[in-house]
Amino acid sequence: MGRLEERSVDPAALEMLNHAEHEGLETVWDRCRAQEPLCGFGNLGVCCRICLQGPCRIDPFGEGAKRGICGATDYSIVARNVIRAIAGGTAAHSDHGRHVALTLLAHLDGHAPDYRIADPAKAEAVARRIGIDPSGKTAAEITREVAIAALRDFSRLEEEPCTWVTSTVTPGMTEKFEECAIMPSNINGAIAEVMHRSTMGVDADPVNLIFGGLKSALADYAGCHLSTDLTDILFGTPRPLKSQANLGVLDPAKVNITVHGHIPLLSEIVVDVAREMEDEARAAGAAGINVVGICCTANEVLMRKGVPLATNFIAQELAIMTGAVDAIIVDLQCIMPALKTLCECFHTKLITTIPFSKIPGAYHVDFREERAKESARRIVKLAIEAFRERDRSKVHIPQAKNEVIAGFSLEAMLGIFASINKEKPIRALVDAIEDGEIRGIALFAGCTNTKAKHDDGHLTIARELAKNDVFIVATGCAAGAMAKAGYMTSGAVDEFAGPGLKRFLHRLSEASGFEGGLPLAFHMGSCVDNSRAVDLAVMIAKEMGADICDIPYVATAPEAMHEKAVSIGSWAVTLGFPTHVGVIPPVYGSTLVTEVVTKIAEDVFGGYFILETDPMKASAKLIEALDYRNWRRKYSAASPAEGLVAE
Amino acid sequence: MKEIFVRLSKCVGCRQCEISCALMHSESHDIHRAVWERPLPRQRVRVTREAGEYFPLRCFHCEDAPCVEACISGAMRIDEDVGRVYNDTSRCVGCHMCVMVCPYGSIQIHEGEKVALKCDRCPDEKEPACVRDCPTRALLVREGALIV
Repeated sequence: MGRLEERSVDPAALEMLNHAEHEGLETVWDRCRAQEPLCGFGNLGVCCRICLQGPCRIDPFGEGAKRGICGATDYSIVARNVIRAIAGGTAAHSDHGRHVALTLLAHLDGHAPDYRIADPAKAEAVARRIGIDPSGKTAAEITREVAIAALRDFSRLEEEPCTWVTSTVTPGMTEKFEECAIMPSNINGAIAEVMHRSTMGVDADPVNLIFGGLKSALADYAGCHLSTDLTDILFGTPRPLKSQANLGVLDPAKVNITVHGHIPLLSEIVVDVAREMEDEARAAGAAGINVVGICCTANEVLMRKGVPLATNFIAQELAIMTGAVDAIIVDLQCIMPALKTLCECFHTKLITTIPFSKIPGAYHVDFREERAKESARRIVKLAIEAFRERDRSKVHIPQAKNEVIAGFSLEAMLGIFASINKEKPIRALVDAIEDGEIRGIALFAGCTNTKAKHDDGHLTIARELAKNDVFIVATGCAAGAMAKAGYMTSGAVDEFAGPGLKRFLHRLSEASGFEGGLPLAFHMGSCVDNSRAVDLAVMIAKEMGADICDIPYVATAPEAMHEKAVSIGSWAVTLGFPTHVGVIPPVYGSTLVTEVVTKIAEDVFGGYFILETDPMKASAKLIEALDYRNWRRKYSAASPAEGLVAE
Repeated sequence: MKEIFVRLSKCVGCRQCEISCALMHSESHDIHRAVWERPLPRQRVRVTREAGEYFPLRCFHCEDAPCVEACISGAMRIDEDVGRVYNDTSRCVGCHMCVMVCPYGSIQIHEGEKVALKCDRCPDEKEPACVRDCPTRALLVREGALIV
């Protein structure tokens, strides 16, 4: 963490870190250093702050306290802390989805005129999937029913399963979740149950606690999936497009507006409004307006509108330090409060927009769906005003940027696969797996984290897996890392893909006539859009007559940081993915909990956590997981033994 | 002579010194690996609380160390140059006379290896781990004469 070059592999980030040091500006890496050594008890998950008798902690080296004041042992404390993190993640993802559902309904009721149903076909497809008959109904009627069904997943009183779980996984998986009593019936209820069972004096059984956590994790999955579906209906299902990524996308001549956070309800409108307000920007002496993004708001508007991605989570401060960002508009999640102090060193206006997500000292433009355009105009005006105050002598924009091909929704991917197999598009991918042309699929997801070298884990593992013929899909800040590094271009295929993967991608590019060729890594969207990667897995599993736990498909979060990553990781394991995490989560304080999540989980769900901080070793373990599943599939096909054959 | 000092008003009882001490005396020096080592690494400092004040208790490296007097095998020694009392574990026979005579209770018994366990002041480090890692800087290394 000390030397700058140990902090990141992103050339733009490194240039800005040097600049920061020169200018005496504080970054997340400096604050991380000031926090060292990180609390050993917290790091191991054996610190309990749940009741007011404590805080208690268990001595990890066995000499001091072995139990908390209430008598809770290490495994109860670790399990309770972990599932509370899952509940935090679930709350974040699902609230995001609920917000989109309410916006859709507000629009349908005529209260949000600035929105429209951008993708009625998606509304119809979702309706069919969840058992609503769309025939004879208008797009508005279908959308209303879908939005209400989504809200029912938050409010159902009966003990019936969440629609967005049962309608999106295989019957075998539904059965497994029912069997284990982890099927959520109500997203909010699952969160409340975790908070209840983990409070003082309720559940002390670590396995029982973990199962409760998995119920919340599945609720998180439902929240993610309905967020994706409803956002597609509202703003359109992404289609492949080209854009650029990394700090070099900031334009010194233009008003630079950065959208940051996760929920695209406002940022989508800001992009539209900015295009309408170019003249005002010109009147202020700018060459126009340049909207760029950070974190998942960036991914949302990149996927649908081709808005360039400035950077990913950990480097958010570095964008401000360019001195060229006139306004940074934030919604929710992953926004460092540190931005405010930093903005004070520049002309940059920090604008919060969500009533429950404010930062002291920032501008707050209260975003309301009913007057979305008006809010967006106010924000763009603020940015243009700020541009006039920009101190040109402070502007320092790194040149580094790369082309990125993004917009690979499942629908878009299937469209491409259809060029090889029109009847059954997914067969194109399944054939490549069955023929051994590709070894399997890896989903890269998750955050960036000061505990790891910025972007290094994402890129190292991507290179290793690509070299070993693994088909790569990516979301969130993992996708951001790859976009910035140029891994989402066809050039990367020639540079990094193994012979099988190269052959497959070239054949696919040729058959589909994809302009310029398909990329090495497929950008599937924001972190809620991990649901798209699950849809892909479920489709493959169904085609192979199996469940996700049987197919060669792994997930990796090399730099997980947020509680949301804990909930996504947990549902990924529950759905059957071997799931690598590149930073050690706070579970090592309990051998039992560690063994449950890394080993026992596989016996129950087929998925399990691989906790490995070394990217090269992690790559080897992921490849091993894929090979094992390929071997098992071949073996079970050759001699159908009990328990090896999927339904 | 440099000594380790405790600023009582700064100690919040977080027990980071205990963790850092155990890690310094571990194989891996990494919290996520150390908890899997067997035998578990042992700390030589313990945070105590007396009359409402926290105090990270460790060996005071006495000038006239009773443990050195009491040692029957010549394992417990004083390094005169740096004012350090240390246990040469290769000579220690685990009789634990030192544990009996220490007025501060700063020496422990290592159950597994049958040797006396005490602060060695991290001889290979610039500063002892407890001092280096104290988040509130309650522990300091200073010349003895400078602090009254």
